Amino acid sequence: MMIKDVIPGFELFRPTTVAAAVALLDQHKKVAWKIAGGNDSLSWFKDRIKRPKVVVDISAIAEMKGIKETADGIEIGALTTLTDIENNAVVKKSYRLLADAAGNVASPQIRNTGTIGGNVSQDARCWYYRSGLPCYRAGGNTCFADTPEAQNREHAIFDANRCVAVSPSDMAPAMIALDAKMVIRGAKGERVVPAEEFFIGPRIDITRMTQMQPEELLVAIRIPKEWAGARFYFEKVADRNAWDFPLVNVAAAVKTDAGGVVQASRVAVGGVSCTPRRVGVAEETIKGKKVDQELAQLAGQSVTRGARPLNYNHYKVPLMANLVMRSLRDAVA
Amino acid sequence: MADYKLVGKNFTPPDMVAKVTGAAKYAEDFRAEGMLHAKLMLSPLPHARVRSIDTSAAMKIKGVVAIITPDDVPQFPPPVDPILYKEPVFAGAPILAVAAESEEIAAAAIEAIKVDFEQLKHVVDPLDSLYPGGINAFSGGNVANVQLPLQTVKWTAKDFQSFDQGKMPMGKAAEEWAYGDLDAGFKKAKVVIERSFLTAGTSHHSMEPRSNMSYWQNGKCYVHGSMQSQSFVVPNIARYLGIKPQEVVFIAEYCGGGFGSKGTGYPLIAVSGLLSKKANGRPVMLRISREEESLLGSGRAGFQGMAKIGFAENGRITAFDVFVVQDNGPNMGFWDFRNCGHSIQICFQPEAMRWRGTAVLTNTSPRGPQRGPGENQTAMAIEPMIDEGARELGLDRLAIRRINAPDNDGFDGHNAKGKLTSAFLKDALVKGGDVFKWEEKKKLSGKRNGNKVIGVGIASAFHAGGSNGFDGIVRILPDGKLYVHSGVGNLGTFSCAATSRVAAEVLGYNWDNVVIVRGRTDKHLPWMIGQFGSNTAYTASRSNYVAAMDAKDKLLEIASQQLGGASGDYDLKNERVVHKTDASKSIGFADAAKRAMELGGKFAGKELPADINPLTKASVEALAGTGLIGVAKDKLPKRGMVPALCAGFCMVELDTETGEFEIKEYLGVADCGTVLHPAGLQSQMHGGAMMGFGLATTERIVYDHQLGLPANVQFDQSKPPTYLDMPKSFHWAAVEQPDRDNPVGVKGIGEPIQGAAAGALINAISDALGGHYFHRTPVVRDMIINALAKRPQSYRALQANTM
Repeated sequence: MMIKDVIPGFELFRPTTVAAAVALLDQHKKVAWKIAGGNDSLSWFKDRIKRPKVVVDISAIAEMKGIKETADGIEIGALTTLTDIENNAVVKKSYRLLADAAGNVASPQIRNTGTIGGNVSQDARCWYYRSGLPCYRAGGNTCFADTPEAQNREHAIFDANRCVAVSPSDMAPAMIALDAKMVIRGAKGERVVPAEEFFIGPRIDITRMTQMQPEELLVAIRIPKEWAGARFYFEKVADRNAWDFPLVNVAAAVKTDAGGVVQASRVAVGGVSCTPRRVGVAEETIKGKKVDQELAQLAGQSVTRGARPLNYNHYKVPLMANLVMRSLRDAVA
Repeated sequence: MADYKLVGKNFTPPDMVAKVTGAAKYAEDFRAEGMLHAKLMLSPLPHARVRSIDTSAAMKIKGVVAIITPDDVPQFPPPVDPILYKEPVFAGAPILAVAAESEEIAAAAIEAIKVDFEQLKHVVDPLDSLYPGGINAFSGGNVANVQLPLQTVKWTAKDFQSFDQGKMPMGKAAEEWAYGDLDAGFKKAKVVIERSFLTAGTSHHSMEPRSNMSYWQNGKCYVHGSMQSQSFVVPNIARYLGIKPQEVVFIAEYCGGGFGSKGTGYPLIAVSGLLSKKANGRPVMLRISREEESLLGSGRAGFQGMAKIGFAENGRITAFDVFVVQDNGPNMGFWDFRNCGHSIQICFQPEAMRWRGTAVLTNTSPRGPQRGPGENQTAMAIEPMIDEGARELGLDRLAIRRINAPDNDGFDGHNAKGKLTSAFLKDALVKGGDVFKWEEKKKLSGKRNGNKVIGVGIASAFHAGGSNGFDGIVRILPDGKLYVHSGVGNLGTFSCAATSRVAAEVLGYNWDNVVIVRGRTDKHLPWMIGQFGSNTAYTASRSNYVAAMDAKDKLLEIASQQLGGASGDYDLKNERVVHKTDASKSIGFADAAKRAMELGGKFAGKELPADINPLTKASVEALAGTGLIGVAKDKLPKRGMVPALCAGFCMVELDTETGEFEIKEYLGVADCGTVLHPAGLQSQMHGGAMMGFGLATTERIVYDHQLGLPANVQFDQSKPPTYLDMPKSFHWAAVEQPDRDNPVGVKGIGEPIQGAAAGALINAISDALGGHYFHRTPVVRDMIINALAKRPQSYRALQANTM
């Protein structure tokens, strides 16, 4: 069994500008590891499972911190802490979904150090993968979480593809519901990726959870004005009320007219597949209608079609249906 | 109730300030000059044999100082937990340890050591091992426990005939006892409830990992370690180090949680000392990681079992038959399975009863006592069945518990003829019913508010709550102060301070003039039972009482010698010995202490009672002549077993769409005799209940059965309840009826608090679900969701150590 709680040595860089950070990442490419709040990285290091030669600590880059209003909405620096997002006046007023999601992450201590960039970039929590087993995601040639005996209560019910780990983030579904744009900087310049494309599954690359290449840096997240002031709903169901990953979570943004008729909506569910899962069928179901219990229930029921539960996680099917149902019902209530 | 000055009053325990300011030093906080750092190599396999160990490459690494392998450490006959394993019997079993100039070097050395393992077959579920042809978790056998010799037991295919229908197989039990006419009891019962059940094991996850730092000096090994007990652990530490108890100096002022796992000593405590010995006495720090604490810090045993209960029309239990298989982990384990029978007997006083049980080895993390070991699993398994009985009989759930609960005439023992020192569980239930407003609350049962539904539940729990026969030492020095030497340890309950106040009470001391001497065995402490088993309040109050009474006798005798008259003419008042009728005749305690030193003999500890323990004797010999010494062995009368009892009342609001529940209200009612320290009791009543909520609904040991690897060794993966999971309304009460056989009326209480809370919560959840009973704990979120959605559960019936 691995030795725990002794971090192997590495070369540490602490750039203070995005340009310097990008240059360092480009120089070291795949051997470099980005660290900000450290909540995900340090446990990998302490377990001696991930052993980067070079660590680029980006936490001192001032230009990546804070929330500013722009012509098209708001821009959140990737190093902004979850606590700052939870407490920001503009976020609370116009994009409450983000504040609600941030307030549901882990614990106050982790929210104080955890950044939005780190939260949306965090690695899978599959316990087999985290214990250092040589699974597909770790570069091996099997999935330990999808065997007849596997203990996979927290795992995926959709889109298994050699890996059944789920997106564990509470912020990620909110990003999709708000149609966030992820601003990624690399040596070749900047690219802006919609949240829905930012998160990738094992079909695209089994070793990563997002589109970002090792030499790239997530610098900011833009939340467009389009959904400002919409009706929002965030809910997370976990085993306990703090310091826990979601079993399933849901984020919904719903726009209605004065009569309560739904004009548009975006709904995403976490904890059910490797990426936060946008549930278009639910959005379709309520479009142009007034949401009541019956319609919400239909929408909820519709999203679990195609679910393929594993040994221990079929409870996620009714839970997902119920969470989508009440996100729509209670968002417009 | 007696008019006490100190007993029953709140005070600030002397260690409180250190804890809240961070000044308290735990084992890992100590540093010594030239200190080396150690790391363990853990087995990657659940079951293997070590063929060879090649340390040559590691020894060449600069900074590596010492390596110990299984051949370098004291050996014990199986199933005793080894210090280092030649036959690792669980993933994480320590194989060897390295001491180096830094942790980084020690870790690098371990990665350079080559161990040749022969992989052996493993088994994770006790029933799989009992199945014909099943695997033995240890080469020597598959059944063992304390005073249950290691042996191989396989059941028959016939025993497993109804297993696929979810029925507990019941083959040969290792032990059993019975009293009364069981068949007649079931025959006369109006309702019989028979259920198979499973309770999961849980890791301790003490906040403070069991790091230890040791060094050798002048032939003695100085050990800084994390222990909940003080004097009691010394012989065990010595045994692990392979030396005599008097060659150990054990230092532990504070303990960051033990819950039973640090009560009597454990093998890891010796690793730093054994490495230090090999490094010529250089200090060695072994820092234990969270994962190591989870795997090596021992855990609660799981149960698979069957209970059959016969109820008369009025709810009285006429017959109780219980069979339990204990998941013992790979080693000695603890006798939880025996406590299962005992707690049923005490809580429900069945007219006839049979208990059968066995303990089976698995290749999972080692088990040991954890708060209410056996009793609290039993509360979770049995209390829902009491509710089922009440439902079938149409009886009130409080009434059915009251009619079966013990009072002072209750019985104990395998022949049901033993006595109880006191029992007020009936009163606790009545008081709880009043405070919780049970009659009103039960009307809310099943009440809907949108997607929320209310459930209420009650449970009771037991653990033996006191021992006797240990020693006390108190000293009055020429500075006039009272020094209470406490050998009990400091688990974190403040009871070493609270029980010291009994000595002060006897002597009429002002608390400001009392010093508690504790924390290191070289401070000359008395032989004392460990701080475990809910016994401290009872046991230490008795030994402090007798030591103080001895000091009192000596004070009176000194006064009569000096001032004339007989001892009986004098009394103690304001830290003086004063003549009862002539107040001009008096002597202050400081002067009496000086006089004791002049007199020598018994007064100054130079003549000792013959019946005290050799460890106490050695301590008093070292203290002799320093003042007036009170020393005595507790020989106070005790008519039988001391039952610590608790009743829990819980109300939840359950969300029918998500399976989440909120604990709206929880009340625990303690039968702990005289309340010794209300604030200390409160923190126990709250902390114990929280731990019970975790036991009931979130915490468990999970293994991949195919790989034999643990799924949830990290703190966050183990999911103890958090501050946000606390009941919205959280309160407690006590019966406040003194125990008949304790000089100040106190009994212990720590353990049943947890079982009562766990049982009450499970029953409240089942009540909210309209009487859906799981018979499996913990009742985790997905089980509730599946029950609400009327879907089958994911787990296989009676399968242990799974999600």
